[in-house]
Amino acid sequence: MSLLDTLLRCVAVVVVFLTFPLIIGQTEHKVMAHMQGRLGPMYAGGFHGWAQLVADGVKFAQKEDVVPLDADRRVFQLAPAVALLPYMLVLLVIPVGPEGFVGQAVDAGLIFVLAVMGIGVLGSLMAGWASANKFSLLGGLRTAAQLMSYELPMLLAAASVAMAAGTLSLPGILGAFHWWWVPWQLIGAFVFFTAGLAELQRPPFDMPVADSEIIFGAYTEYTGLRFAFFLLSEYAGILVISALTAVLFLGGWHGPMPESLGWLWTLLKTFALAFVVIWLRVTYPRLREDQLMRFAWTCLIPLALLQLAITGVVKVAIS
Amino acid sequence: MNIPGSGLAKGLAVTLRTMTKRSVTAQYPEVQPELPPRTRGVIALLEENCTVCMLCARECPDWCIYIDSHKETLPAAEPNARARTRNVLDRFAIDFSLCMYCGICIEVCPFDALFWSPEFEYAETDILELTHERDRLREWMWTVPPPPALDPAAEDPKEIAMARKAADKLAAAAEAAAAEAVAAGPAGGEPA
Repeated sequence: MSLLDTLLRCVAVVVVFLTFPLIIGQTEHKVMAHMQGRLGPMYAGGFHGWAQLVADGVKFAQKEDVVPLDADRRVFQLAPAVALLPYMLVLLVIPVGPEGFVGQAVDAGLIFVLAVMGIGVLGSLMAGWASANKFSLLGGLRTAAQLMSYELPMLLAAASVAMAAGTLSLPGILGAFHWWWVPWQLIGAFVFFTAGLAELQRPPFDMPVADSEIIFGAYTEYTGLRFAFFLLSEYAGILVISALTAVLFLGGWHGPMPESLGWLWTLLKTFALAFVVIWLRVTYPRLREDQLMRFAWTCLIPLALLQLAITGVVKVAIS
Repeated sequence: MNIPGSGLAKGLAVTLRTMTKRSVTAQYPEVQPELPPRTRGVIALLEENCTVCMLCARECPDWCIYIDSHKETLPAAEPNARARTRNVLDRFAIDFSLCMYCGICIEVCPFDALFWSPEFEYAETDILELTHERDRLREWMWTVPPPPALDPAAEDPKEIAMARKAADKLAAAAEAAAAEAVAAGPAGGEPA
């Protein structure tokens, strides 16, 4: 792999990282509006408000960057980067198409992805701790609790796919994929996607930022660009979770078309799942904190274990 | 039998269905709203019909109609007749910062000088400028829509009903006279 090739792949990942979350954000604006019988942004950019997020970005950049007096300055300022960057790293290893259409194929890709995504949640934890604000702290603690309880079903569900494929490499998993994996891993897909939503703190699992209870959780004290980074990390997270679910459970580039169009399938599945994320946000109200915990421990984890058992039994039966 | 999760699915169906429907947002400055007939936007004045009878000003619950007038003497039409006087309207203003759009003035006007206009874009930056004078009220007269047509089964308007009644009466009288003439006919020749 030459230097130019590496550079090109990195640039491509950065471009994807900077544009796709905006596309998802704009889609959320419009889809949410229409699901509520509204029109959403209509003015920015002229045509149906396509430049709304650009305008938002300009607004955020103009705002004053305030750091509270009692805040832990270093940690406070570092937190948005910690929340944002892991998602970019994850994008690097998600395969888009066959034959090396991936930023960097990693042998233990699955473990890398799940580990790095765990760091992203640390960003909000840091923000909550460093803000010197009761509500931020509450939000941070809720984030931590949520991370604790949802990382486990997510890992178990991912482990089921790895077991089925016999490999931890993401392109390897896709290489071993057959269409009947979709019904086989259906429960796992549900658990993974739901736990992913919870990890992103997306509604209906958004207690850490529950604005009607604790203002805006860990992000209460943030302004300007740093706040925008937190928002961006949420949308980048949607992209990553959707892409991962598509790759692990929906067969990524596999689809009824020539292999060369595989990347299109990956993108289609990713955006369809991102739409589902938005759809769920519009439809369901926020759960209560204890309901959230109960859902993880009494529902998702047994389901994930069941999926593991099914995977094991089928794997033994067909080998 | 309730399948677990059917409520959740129902919720998803509701949002999806709403998304496929037309949104209800009115894009007002770009698209003018379609107002129903008889919309109570603003009160217009047809000052040619006004006789300064002051009924509107007196009936107004919050006294927001201001009328000034003077009397004008018309020269007598005939040599021996008295000179007539008539009222001339000097000022007719409605203070729309007070008006509560009850429409009593319009109801009470005996000469059809006041009308509802659907016009509604007359906001001002100062509350004092909401007192609109007769020229503005007269201009709004052009925005008053023609009265809606009557229902097919409705009874005739009063004027037409009365005119028809009178015409029917005349026709009946003429017929009766003709019948009388015919009845008198065979015995004709006799001196009356």
